[in-house]
Amino acid sequence: MSVTTISKRSRLRWSISDTLTIAKRDLIALVRIPTTLVFAVIQPIMFVVLFRYVFGGAIKTPGNSYVNFLIPGILVQTTIFGAVGTAIGLAEDLQKGLIERFRALPMARMAVMGGRTVADLARNLMVIVVITIVGFLVGFRPTGSFVSYIQACLLMLLFAYCLSWGFAFIGLAAPNSEAAQAMTFPLIFPLTFASSIFVPVLSMPSWLQVFARNQPVSQAAEAVRGLMNGQPHGNSTWMTLIYAVIAIALLGPIATAKYKKVA
Amino acid sequence: MSDFAVEALNITRSFKDGEVKALGGVSLQVPRGEVFGLLGPNGSGKTTMVRILSTILKPTSGSATVNGFDVVKQADAVRRSIGLAGQYATVDENLTGFENIRMVGLLNHIDKSVSSRRSHELLEQFGLTDAGNRIAKTYSGGMRRRLDLAAALVAQPPLLFLDEPTTGLDPQSRQDLWSIIETLVEGGTTVLLTTQYLEEADRLAKQLVVLDHGKIIAQGTSQELKTQLGNTVLSLTFASTDDARRGAELVKDISDKPANIEGTVVDFTVARGPASAADALRRLDASGITIAGLALREPSLDDVFLNLTGHKAEEATETPVEPAKKQRGRKAKA
Repeated sequence: MSVTTISKRSRLRWSISDTLTIAKRDLIALVRIPTTLVFAVIQPIMFVVLFRYVFGGAIKTPGNSYVNFLIPGILVQTTIFGAVGTAIGLAEDLQKGLIERFRALPMARMAVMGGRTVADLARNLMVIVVITIVGFLVGFRPTGSFVSYIQACLLMLLFAYCLSWGFAFIGLAAPNSEAAQAMTFPLIFPLTFASSIFVPVLSMPSWLQVFARNQPVSQAAEAVRGLMNGQPHGNSTWMTLIYAVIAIALLGPIATAKYKKVA
Repeated sequence: MSDFAVEALNITRSFKDGEVKALGGVSLQVPRGEVFGLLGPNGSGKTTMVRILSTILKPTSGSATVNGFDVVKQADAVRRSIGLAGQYATVDENLTGFENIRMVGLLNHIDKSVSSRRSHELLEQFGLTDAGNRIAKTYSGGMRRRLDLAAALVAQPPLLFLDEPTTGLDPQSRQDLWSIIETLVEGGTTVLLTTQYLEEADRLAKQLVVLDHGKIIAQGTSQELKTQLGNTVLSLTFASTDDARRGAELVKDISDKPANIEGTVVDFTVARGPASAADALRRLDASGITIAGLALREPSLDDVFLNLTGHKAEEATETPVEPAKKQRGRKAKA
């Protein structure tokens, strides 16, 4: 054995390769565990059906048909729910001692978190495709251009990716995967339901409107909806980007510090 | 390069801001090409020592080199030169046996094609070829341990850490694992093994260190330790606890160590088993004390601990066990 000094370039190459190895492992698990696949795909489809056919008739959305209002919202909701997977996955790896075992390997240290978040990114991409198809089946006809549809998807993926670093922290702080799931719920619930995902903010009581209008998820929903339907959406795209940057700048280092501490 | 695969000097490790002291100054020298045993009960610091030497944990103080690399300053080089497997058989349950080994290969930065080839070889070597395409969730306890060990070997490390590799295994799986370890050592691998079983240490390890409460309380070859401990335990069962006390007092000079009296059973550690037994019987008979039972047996870990520490091995488990990890309810599926 010789300790060759590892150049920065090959270090970077191995970091990427390690991250992809872990991401692949996480994606294999996603496909092999039926419950996570159901959670990722079936649940959003149920939301589409529920709101499109059960609640939707009672919701007035000036300027848009309800289905055109709803589907971009569901897409945002789904990608945010996807970040819960980051928390659950990391909590599980920690619980089972896998992260500790990884530490005795000469792999890049951040590949465990990097791989996990990349896997969740891939999952979100898949879910966006599925919900788009389901959306078309239930009458979603976006009035914007194809290019702005893609822009909206990229914005969503970026937003969810940044958010997943915050959820990574929860996953590392939770004693087990069940607790991780329970801990994310009180966060996810107000963010997705007290938002403009399912109903226009204007229909809410005024005290709630202040939060519901300005919180990150509403801003993301506004931006995605505006882009997909080719409608003006104020500065919501910028606000979404700013929220995303703040999330990763703030939560990324916190999660990383937590990872170094627990692993 | 040093003659030793592992050299540790005065390693200490505290948890919870110094409240719990898991290791209180352990020094070791593990010679190359043989099995070195770290023997001790739960909570004695064995696992903490392995975690420090495999770079998972940093020592609070002290220093150690593994294959000539400093465990703190050259952690990456250490990681490239070791394999780690153990009682928790940390395999990814959702991956197949093949995928598990291959992943560890890739994370060791071994070429894809080489990783795949090695994975097939190792599956065959460990009798897992048929199970290689099944997910590890379906594996039995023994199969998981073998898979864990196979993954640890994918990079062909010159040094292997085995943390209680057979704890919780059935006798057949234990035998299988022992022969695998013996084959590895014949091939030139150095093994640092932790175990709670004297029998295991005796069978595999050339040199032994006995740990208790984070400190080394005895070391040497297993033969030396046995001699030091007295070769045999003479166990006498009396008709009553009163007889037991009187009998123990009467023949106490057959052992130079105090007898262990528990109810009607008295254990002596003796150097010459049969002769001591005959001697004790004669004298007890002459003074009219009846013996209900007699047994001669090899010293168990309990006897080792009793002799070395004056307390039983089980008592040590009451000391708080290590940090958060174990409280996470990690499943040790056997």
